Amino acid sequence: MMTRPNAGRQHDGVPGGRAGRTAAAGAEFPSPDPAGFLPLSSCRWGVVVFPGTNCEYETRYVLGTVLGQPVRFVWHRETDLSDLDAVVVPGGFAHGDYLRAGAIARFSPVMEALSAFAAAGKPVLGICNGFQVLVEAGLLPGAMLRNQSQRFLCRWVNLRVESTCSPFLAACRPGQVLRMPMAHGEGCYYADPETLAAMESRGQIVFRYAERDGRVTPDANPNGSVGSIAGVSNAAGNVLGLMPHPERASEALLGSDDGRALLAGLLAVPDAGGTPAFPGSGAGNEAGA
Amino acid sequence: MTIRTDGRTGNGELPHPTPDTPHPTPMSSSQLTPEQLRQAAYDWGLTPYEYDRILEGVGRQPTLTEIAMFSVEWCEHCGYPKSRNVLRMLPNRSTRIEVLVGADCGGFYVTPELAVVMKVESHNHPSQVEPYQGAATGVGGIIRDIFTTGARPIAAGNSLRFGSLDDAYTRYLLAGVVKGIGDYGNSIGVPTVAGEIWFHPSYTGNCLVNALAVGIAPTTQLVSSAARGAGNPVLYVGSSTGRDGIGGCSVLASHEFGEGEEKRPTVQIGDPFTEKRLIEACLEAARTGWIVGMKDMGAAGVTCTTSEMAAAGGVGMRVELQRIPRREAGMEPYEVLMSESQERMLLVAARGREADLMALFHRWELNAVEIGEVTDDGMLSILDGGVEVAHLSAEFLTTPPRYDLPVEPPAYLAEAWAADLTYAEPEDYGEALLRLLAAPNVCSKQWAWEQYDFTVQANTVAGPGGDAAVLRVREAPPLGLALTLDGNPRLVYLDPYEGARLCVAEAARNLACVGAEPRIVTDGLNFGNPDKPDRYFQFREAVRGIADACRDLDLPVISGNVSFYNESPEGPIHPTPIIGMLGVLPDVSRTTGTAFRAAGDQVWLLGELHVAGSLAASEYLWVQHGRETGRPARLDLVREQALQDAVRDLVRAGVLASAHDLAEGGLAVALAECCLAGGVGANLALPQGLTAEILFGEAPSRVVVSLAPEQAETAARRLAEASVPCTRLGEVGGDRLQVEGAWNLKVGDLEAAWQRTIPAAMRP
Repeated sequence: MMTRPNAGRQHDGVPGGRAGRTAAAGAEFPSPDPAGFLPLSSCRWGVVVFPGTNCEYETRYVLGTVLGQPVRFVWHRETDLSDLDAVVVPGGFAHGDYLRAGAIARFSPVMEALSAFAAAGKPVLGICNGFQVLVEAGLLPGAMLRNQSQRFLCRWVNLRVESTCSPFLAACRPGQVLRMPMAHGEGCYYADPETLAAMESRGQIVFRYAERDGRVTPDANPNGSVGSIAGVSNAAGNVLGLMPHPERASEALLGSDDGRALLAGLLAVPDAGGTPAFPGSGAGNEAGA
Repeated sequence: MTIRTDGRTGNGELPHPTPDTPHPTPMSSSQLTPEQLRQAAYDWGLTPYEYDRILEGVGRQPTLTEIAMFSVEWCEHCGYPKSRNVLRMLPNRSTRIEVLVGADCGGFYVTPELAVVMKVESHNHPSQVEPYQGAATGVGGIIRDIFTTGARPIAAGNSLRFGSLDDAYTRYLLAGVVKGIGDYGNSIGVPTVAGEIWFHPSYTGNCLVNALAVGIAPTTQLVSSAARGAGNPVLYVGSSTGRDGIGGCSVLASHEFGEGEEKRPTVQIGDPFTEKRLIEACLEAARTGWIVGMKDMGAAGVTCTTSEMAAAGGVGMRVELQRIPRREAGMEPYEVLMSESQERMLLVAARGREADLMALFHRWELNAVEIGEVTDDGMLSILDGGVEVAHLSAEFLTTPPRYDLPVEPPAYLAEAWAADLTYAEPEDYGEALLRLLAAPNVCSKQWAWEQYDFTVQANTVAGPGGDAAVLRVREAPPLGLALTLDGNPRLVYLDPYEGARLCVAEAARNLACVGAEPRIVTDGLNFGNPDKPDRYFQFREAVRGIADACRDLDLPVISGNVSFYNESPEGPIHPTPIIGMLGVLPDVSRTTGTAFRAAGDQVWLLGELHVAGSLAASEYLWVQHGRETGRPARLDLVREQALQDAVRDLVRAGVLASAHDLAEGGLAVALAECCLAGGVGANLALPQGLTAEILFGEAPSRVVVSLAPEQAETAARRLAEASVPCTRLGEVGGDRLQVEGAWNLKVGDLEAAWQRTIPAAMRP
């Protein structure tokens, strides 16, 4: 059920001014964690905002209010990410997604800093449009095509966890099924066979669209992605992108809190028994509408 | 534009534009003779009577620019000359809530700190001409009406009406409209959570696209739409101005479609990326407190915003057109004034804060320029390169004459009411059910609504497909809001007054089924040519029906829209009032859906099982017999209210596992929908025998519920207290929907019939 470890820490009301600010939402950062990014009891998050981004508020809400983490917006013109431990590139239509999803966003000033951030091994998560931007920027392999149906599709989908090489998946186990919404028009993932084979061998294929019981079937593939791929990581595992929206599935009230497992993965702290424990309860395929 | 519910003073009497010292006559941008100017006025839709009135009110020969301004401000779309006297019937107060009235939309205080605003608007004619851009800009316009008040848009909805699905142009319209709504709404990140689609041949030449939006704002951030404070600067922000959409409201929206007319140039083009930046920038600006007033440029663009903001504040305004950013060279002043280019706003800034405000908009990569200032003389003064081209009383310009038009009951009514509704029972009730489930008005609309992002903003507790959408309010947990749009044109066609009451009752019932209490109403009034007495009768009677039902339910109509002239050479549309209704859930987790859930749950019908004559105006008669006739059942609002109160209480108490309102297709379709939503069957028997009337009749005030056996006693007690009749029909379970003696059908077969229609029709 819904737990709010640090409820009230931030008020996510009709949002405060943010463009160009360095610390919105009034989230004060605690002292830096000397242990590196994994495992952390607390992680300083940045949420990148391009003109046209439209999932920044709920992403901040889940990280800040639901998971109780310090979080701030990162305006696309910012170039200094040194105060952050992890960055989310959220969903939306960055720069209108004119030309092609993510094609203009990769030229935003923040992207150079984000590349360096990723190259330093720090965790970067791209959700939906954020995934598209990371692919366009070359931080993740492959390319994104229009949905096979040529139509935008908003649906609840099931993702089977294929690999837990990425630190974001520290709280998940292979074969686990996560239920969350997707909403996109250009989510048909493509990579050539050699790239796919290499990704497969390195555990870079992270999620596949599946039935509720975990079977990967053509019917469960909503957009024609090659190999039913819904999410991938880079070779090092610290950059991860997926088309569905974990931030829209982080509270049971909204139909599923499976997404919390992913967002909270970085926070997983192995307990004595070796089972990851993380803020929130319910990764698993029991959660339902 | 706007239905004034604020009791504005404009009563059609001539104001006194004569200043103390004579004002020099504005320069005409053309060398036209008085006769040519009169002709120009007629070409732009003004009548001889209106033009004479303008001459009298202005007191001199108006310039071409001024005539253009009157033509847009006095058209039905902006000035409501032909509807305002009727709209006065609508209640705009409630005893239960504090109502918020604005020029662009209305709302209420959902908590002392939070305001919720809502409005519906039509974009019918543009969508018929160019479905993708017409629908997209319809969404853009209604969203601007919301954030112009300082409220963040949190939900969108739509009501669509098309001709027959068999018609190729209808399918083109459906595809384009749905894609237009989706592309725009998805891009700006506002979830489209509610809606409905109806098909009927009367819409073949004139589809309807009504878009609704809901917004939420801390009460401290609400922004007025009135200009105030002489000397305050006037800012233009957003997209540049082009020739797109010139005359969109006066030419396109205020006339019937003729044959073979090329009206595409009057349709506007939308840019959702600019709208998204405009939302963020305007909301950020609203938080600064530097804005005195703000209004979006919808129909009639610069003319509408300058004149209406000035009139609302009882002030004047001086504006220099040359400062307005343009996307085309060589535009005449009247073109700049009439342009309906999208994604533009007019702001009045507090003197001294204009530079800060403009910097804010520039950071969002938007145009922001100072184009003039507020004056204290009540006159709207338009300059073009320093030369005055218009000088008009803002009050006079925004006070069109009001007409009381003749009414006459439509000829078809008497015949329909006298129609004999005795038909042979169908040979196979199951086949009749499958036909109904596959009928375009009943079948699944998932093909459409899954093209809309209904989960963005992460507040959607229940999205499209149920009786009403449910959203949580993140700013004030555990509060929730519920939203529905309803409008059954067949009921209104066959009884404009009673049909409209039934639509209001159905909307309220939909909210009750999710555990919400109705709070505010917005109405989208789509009718034919008001100059034809039978059409005007439909309009007046429908508004009277909405007004009476809302008054009886203590619901204020806080905003709305009128769209007349919905006619094509084939005739008028069915009269189509759309009711948008928003309700409140004190605890959003105390809700339920339409889906049957657990095997063994009991299935009950609340309300009368058999209502004589209830096949009148039914989908069954239309699908099975091709008839559209009869007199719709009467609505007893006392019983309706008792039913709704009981259902709402039981949902909130957690007694009910599901609740679903009975509508098109009656009991049979409602039961099938509960099974389809839950993916589970039910074994049922009807105690009063089997007739098409019992199975498919569409009497109002009825709800199908399911509940665990241990809740039966509680439910029965509450229903008895409220004198709500209830009938136990059977149990949930299995994979078949069985109604003893009528049918025994696999849920999978129901699903196939229900899901297939639209995807099959739309397959490329």
